[in-house]
Amino acid sequence: MLDLSALSAREVRDGIAAGEFSAREAAESAYARIEALDGDVHAFLQLTPELAFAAAERVDAARAAGEDPPPLAGVPVGIKDNMNLIGTRTTCGSRILGNYKSVYDCTAVRRLLDAGALPIGKCNMDEFAFGSSTENSAYGPTRNPWDLERVPGGSSGGSAASVAAGMVTLSLGSDTGGSIRQPGALTGTVGLKPTYGRVSRYGVVAFGSSLDQIGPFGTSVADVALALDAIAGADTMDATSSPEPVERYSAAVGLGVQGLRVGIVRDMPGVPDTDGCLNEIAHVVDRAAETFAALGAEVGDVTLPSARHGLAAYYIIGPAEASSNLARFDGIRYGVRAEDPTDVLDLYMRSRAEGFGPETIRRIMLGTYALSAGYYDAYYGQAQKARTRIIEDFRAAFEHYDVLLTPTTPEVAFRFGEKAADPYMMYLNDVYTIPVNLAGNCAVSVPAGLCSSTGMPMGLQLIGDYFAESTLLRAAAAYEQAVHFDPVPPLVRSLVGAKGGE
Amino acid sequence: MAITESDVRHVALLARLALSDEQVSTLTAELGAVLGHIDELQRLDLEGVQPTAHPLAMTNNTRADVVVPGLTREMALKNAPASDGRAFLIPAITGAGEES
Repeated sequence: MLDLSALSAREVRDGIAAGEFSAREAAESAYARIEALDGDVHAFLQLTPELAFAAAERVDAARAAGEDPPPLAGVPVGIKDNMNLIGTRTTCGSRILGNYKSVYDCTAVRRLLDAGALPIGKCNMDEFAFGSSTENSAYGPTRNPWDLERVPGGSSGGSAASVAAGMVTLSLGSDTGGSIRQPGALTGTVGLKPTYGRVSRYGVVAFGSSLDQIGPFGTSVADVALALDAIAGADTMDATSSPEPVERYSAAVGLGVQGLRVGIVRDMPGVPDTDGCLNEIAHVVDRAAETFAALGAEVGDVTLPSARHGLAAYYIIGPAEASSNLARFDGIRYGVRAEDPTDVLDLYMRSRAEGFGPETIRRIMLGTYALSAGYYDAYYGQAQKARTRIIEDFRAAFEHYDVLLTPTTPEVAFRFGEKAADPYMMYLNDVYTIPVNLAGNCAVSVPAGLCSSTGMPMGLQLIGDYFAESTLLRAAAAYEQAVHFDPVPPLVRSLVGAKGGE
Repeated sequence: MAITESDVRHVALLARLALSDEQVSTLTAELGAVLGHIDELQRLDLEGVQPTAHPLAMTNNTRADVVVPGLTREMALKNAPASDGRAFLIPAITGAGEES
């Protein structure tokens, strides 16, 4: 069988256009890779071959009829399991939605499929997107293809691992505090969080409504730019989606960074160094600055003095919004219902307690507490004001710079259970990504090399101004090309090696 | 602000979560630890700063008042734990009256 898993999205599309292979073969290649590796990785909660092969058939029939294939024709994609797609279950990694069947389509998913992509399956995730490790899924953890003893990051860990392991070419994740960029960094993939409102949130199960954004994973900046081309733009079904005109993001890739102003964020909060990678990760940013200067960008230093309060503000605002959004899971209209309720209150209280996992309960409790009488001003009100300060910091920085640089995460992928004892240590993983969600800017994580002590991938975070995805992706692509780092996990190398000579 | 088991039980009722005694005890410790870290917010001088509810300066987003197809009754009931095909079914909330 053809192995197409190393091809970029553009190469898959062009190969189909040229008649070198069919969309059906692209789907078969994806399922073969999944069969070989997903027993170890567990990136998928559900495979959807009926939908994928039906989509492939449409692509192949159109091509046979002489039509020019669309931009993502035959491209295998994974979809985080908090996004609805008719014909699939949408579990959100939770027991409470174990049998939930989508009755409508998520706009971003629909747009990706309308561009010709093949829906291979639904990807594992931390329950309701609460987590930084994908250990909080009710259906078992996803493992990092770089080291099966380590987490892939979270909450979009399944989406990241499915791309890192070459099971799909692209996947969709959602990012509330770093849930695309952090697993992107930890699995050596490119993860893009677009500007808040750039992509419709209709059909994604809401976590933090003022923070959530859908975005793509890929193995290259060009691939995520193609995916953004497909999913960006206003949607009448989401009043918070932006009417700001959509650009052709893939056209920005390759334009170079001559004259672009790049700011290195110098006052990121310190975090404990557990595996000796902290200095190397800091060095990634310095090396990136040198790279940008060599490519003709203007490079300088910038500070975001309020960003250090981002984590605290986020752990009030995120859970507060989540506690409100998750009120809809009451055992009445969907989801599991407790047996033999004595009355409606008992039905609510037991259905929720039995259906939600520990991290979800923790966040609902934190959010409800922060919003409760007597604490609202001290916690929620104060966090909303700190958020204003963070937004002002970014505004000031973007007056002088086009792109800001930070590490994506303070450490590389950690081992299972390592952070389970102290929720706050886990929360620290998102310390560099969270301020971006509070401000609503766009940002992308690009692979930056391997940490010498662990062999695990490190990520560079590039942050762009509101709706400046073209500039952001232009800078990210220039960096990617200059570092020329093509990360292939050992698991995949061994598979390709084992098949050598075929 | 220290959080007590009694606070946790009160919040659990507000959040409609039937927690076990063990969960209450664990959550009291965990929430206490997390709140300890985020108490730094209360020490910030943010007097006069406008709170942010939404990251983008958006005004009301309206659409034409035109009827379009939405969820059908069948779709809305499809995932219900209990329904009679017309409505969601729940335990009786009216009856002979409260016991006195």
